[in-house]
Amino acid sequence: MTYIYGAIYCGLICVIGQFIYDHTKLTAGHITSIFVVIGTLLDFGDLYDKLLVLCGAGASLPITSFGHSLIHGTMFETQGNGFLGIFMGMFNLTTPGITAAIIFSFIVALIFKPKS
Amino acid sequence: MKDINTIIQEKKPKPKLSNLIFAFIGGATVSVLGQFIMDMIVRYTDLSKSEAVTPMIIIIIALTCLLTGLGVYDKLATIFGAGLFIPITGFANSMCSSALESKHEGLVYGIGSNIFKLAGSVLVYGVVATYLVGVVRFIYENL
Repeated sequence: MTYIYGAIYCGLICVIGQFIYDHTKLTAGHITSIFVVIGTLLDFGDLYDKLLVLCGAGASLPITSFGHSLIHGTMFETQGNGFLGIFMGMFNLTTPGITAAIIFSFIVALIFKPKS
Repeated sequence: MKDINTIIQEKKPKPKLSNLIFAFIGGATVSVLGQFIMDMIVRYTDLSKSEAVTPMIIIIIALTCLLTGLGVYDKLATIFGAGLFIPITGFANSMCSSALESKHEGLVYGIGSNIFKLAGSVLVYGVVATYLVGVVRFIYENL
């Protein structure tokens, strides 16, 4: 069932993104930025954590999950460190994705030639 | 003289229903692929379900970067549109293509400074939004 719920959730998010892309002047960069901000708001009341349990990879792959991970790590860190936790915990959960993207992009840029 | 924005707007193809369908198929496919990788990780390693998310995301990002390098991703992205730029694949692709395109400017000022050219906005607005939401929630939870 996780496959179906995940596909539906991830698909619907993409349809919303495509709809905004088609009907406004916003570019892909605008839309992904908006979705990250929405993701930070979805952490209220552990809403996104419930989605992660229900949808599995379908909820952890869209860019909204990036926003959720940012705020989730931050709020977790504030529990022990107070206000400073906001600065300490920002990238706690998102580090693997960012690091992987930097490393693999760098390797690919070294090896391959641009096609266009 | 026409404003550049109106020209872009006129050049843009008319929105079609098929765009939305392809976006759904793209997103759903990425999701199913991710879930399949997660299940394989749980089956063949001793990682638990929640621990398998991180390696799954790393594998998806590595695949995206490889496809971008081979020039396949651009073709897929024109078909599936938002179906491929909303998932983390879009983040990885924007970094990888920025790095590739600026390769001729050198290792430091080319790849090094341009790698976050497109993905930077996501990081900046993610961090700013998290800071604002975090401050509000911190005050709310500690009063």
